[in-house]
Amino acid sequence: MSQAVGINFKKSSIDALIAGFLALILFGPIVGVLLDGYKFDFEFDRVAWIVAIVAVGRFAVSSFFQTEKGVAMAFRYANNNEGATVLAPNHKSKMVWIIPLVIAVGLLIPFVASKYVLTVVILGLIYVLLGLGLNIVVGLAGLLDLGFVGFYAIGAYGLALGYENLGLGFWSMLPIAAILAAVAGAILGFPVLRMHGDYLAIVTLGFGEIIRLVLTNWASFTHGPNGISAPLPTLFGLEFKRRSRDGETFHEFFNLPYDSAYKYMFIYIVLFAVVWAVLFIKHRLVKMPIGRAWEALREDEIACRSLGLNHVLVKLSAFMLGASTGGLAGVFFATYQGFINPSSFTFFESALILAIVVLGGMGSTLGVVIAAFFLTVLPEMLREFAEYRVLMFGILMVVMMIWKPRGIVRVTRTGFAPRKGAVK
Amino acid sequence: MTVLMEFKEVDVHYGPIQALKKVSLTVNEGEIVTLIGANGAGKSTLLMSIFGQPRISSGEIIYRGEDISQKSAHYVASHGLAQSPEGRRIFPGMSVEENLLMGTIPIGMDHAEEDMQRMFELFPRLLERRNQRASTMSGGEQQMLAIARALMSRPKLLLLDEPSLGLAPIIVKQIFQILKDVASTGMTIFLVEQNANHALKLANRGYVMVNGEIRMTGTGEELLVNPEVREAYLGGH
Repeated sequence: MSQAVGINFKKSSIDALIAGFLALILFGPIVGVLLDGYKFDFEFDRVAWIVAIVAVGRFAVSSFFQTEKGVAMAFRYANNNEGATVLAPNHKSKMVWIIPLVIAVGLLIPFVASKYVLTVVILGLIYVLLGLGLNIVVGLAGLLDLGFVGFYAIGAYGLALGYENLGLGFWSMLPIAAILAAVAGAILGFPVLRMHGDYLAIVTLGFGEIIRLVLTNWASFTHGPNGISAPLPTLFGLEFKRRSRDGETFHEFFNLPYDSAYKYMFIYIVLFAVVWAVLFIKHRLVKMPIGRAWEALREDEIACRSLGLNHVLVKLSAFMLGASTGGLAGVFFATYQGFINPSSFTFFESALILAIVVLGGMGSTLGVVIAAFFLTVLPEMLREFAEYRVLMFGILMVVMMIWKPRGIVRVTRTGFAPRKGAVK
Repeated sequence: MTVLMEFKEVDVHYGPIQALKKVSLTVNEGEIVTLIGANGAGKSTLLMSIFGQPRISSGEIIYRGEDISQKSAHYVASHGLAQSPEGRRIFPGMSVEENLLMGTIPIGMDHAEEDMQRMFELFPRLLERRNQRASTMSGGEQQMLAIARALMSRPKLLLLDEPSLGLAPIIVKQIFQILKDVASTGMTIFLVEQNANHALKLANRGYVMVNGEIRMTGTGEELLVNPEVREAYLGGH
């Protein structure tokens, strides 16, 4: 980088002109022409504003990348496509301090936050679970799964249908739904063992759609598009309703005035505990031989098999563990919504979960947690911009993939400390 | 000498094309056996058929008295046969130590520490690069890693597929020196190579493969001075 650093305004101006012209072509017809009944009006000032903003922005960006800092930054972005970095063996993670803090804050939330904020955070945590599940399949094992929403649906419908047909409540369905989803994961996993990349993506996409179509069309069992209600969790048999037909309710037992926020508080606390449990399990798994096997399978399947790795078991375990986490998330979603129908389990959900994993950083647990909150809580907070949500989503993805192709948090590996008696 | 592995009249087909024609060869315990041949002769096919990829269409592959020709790849790999595959195929995103740990899959982690020290003595370069990602190493170092990874499973028979592939002559020399050291520990080695000169100098016995058939066999020295072999594989002088 020995080139002369100094802003060449001519170059910046040309860049700005080109960008402005492109913006004119792109936004001119879309923004500038407004239909009004059978006639249309031209809105020149709106177009002019957009073009001006784009041109000025391009000028600023172009100038910035000619400064010393900008050149260094461009160089970094051009060369950050490397894989994981290896940390020093004695690296102490800052997480030791952060985790207790996050737990403390997390436990405070239900008592200080409003009911609305609480529901948003619950939704965020549900997507954390989904992200963690898909992270095993996509991030660690490298199996591109576009039908993850299928397992989510199995969990949610498991709770609703289990309650309706078998009288099973939240607590019994939580493990059963996880097992059901894992079995579904195995059923999906078997036929796709030989597939990679694009082909696998298409088959899993089909799987997700099949689940949704079955839920929609098997009306006698699933109630089809009309949906079905799901039970609330209970605390040692105490219900969180205003009135209970059988037995006492939570607020009567504790002599509290009825508040519909109680049920969300309870769901939140259970969900919070489950998320931490899943986080802990995932964290351990990655460091165990099975986690290493998943990553090795992602990197080179042939080498894995030549080393005596049973790729069938490894792939199936990834599918099943990922799916069971998705199933757990489904149970929480159903009990939180109180009512589910197939329209909650469209391909868009799968894409969103995949976006969480890609945005967070493939294989990175922390990144997935951050991205899950980012992509679920932010749209809720920015309700005013609801119309532009998908647009912002798209822009965000493009920007992220250019500047941080490895996601928010890049995977790091901890090095091994030299052992006693090691040859030096 | 006890026979460790034996090919008995093995045929392999890729669809209508016959890749191996009635191939028979033996590898005795403690020996270095090499298989040389030109591109496309079927050398790698033969090596891969040990792991059932592809399955042989007739014949038998006997390993320690058992026909392994219909077993799954991971079964074979976890019974004392380790291979360093063609093109190295290390795990690029993993550190050197993690790559080595992957080699312990068949036998578990019990001896991992001890074996890793052994590997670092054998390949001091790997010790230097212990915590480095494998993809950031040079080709020769990656090849060393591939061999070390194979040795981590404490194999009875080490299968090597073209360890000299794409390496500078001086590095090839180093690799073959290391193989000699490995062999001196009593390891049985079956080496598939195009670099006939190096391979035959190292090996006790050699087989020459042409178009899926074993054309010639003999001790390393015999083949090295054989005019036909010299003509075809050693540049004719």
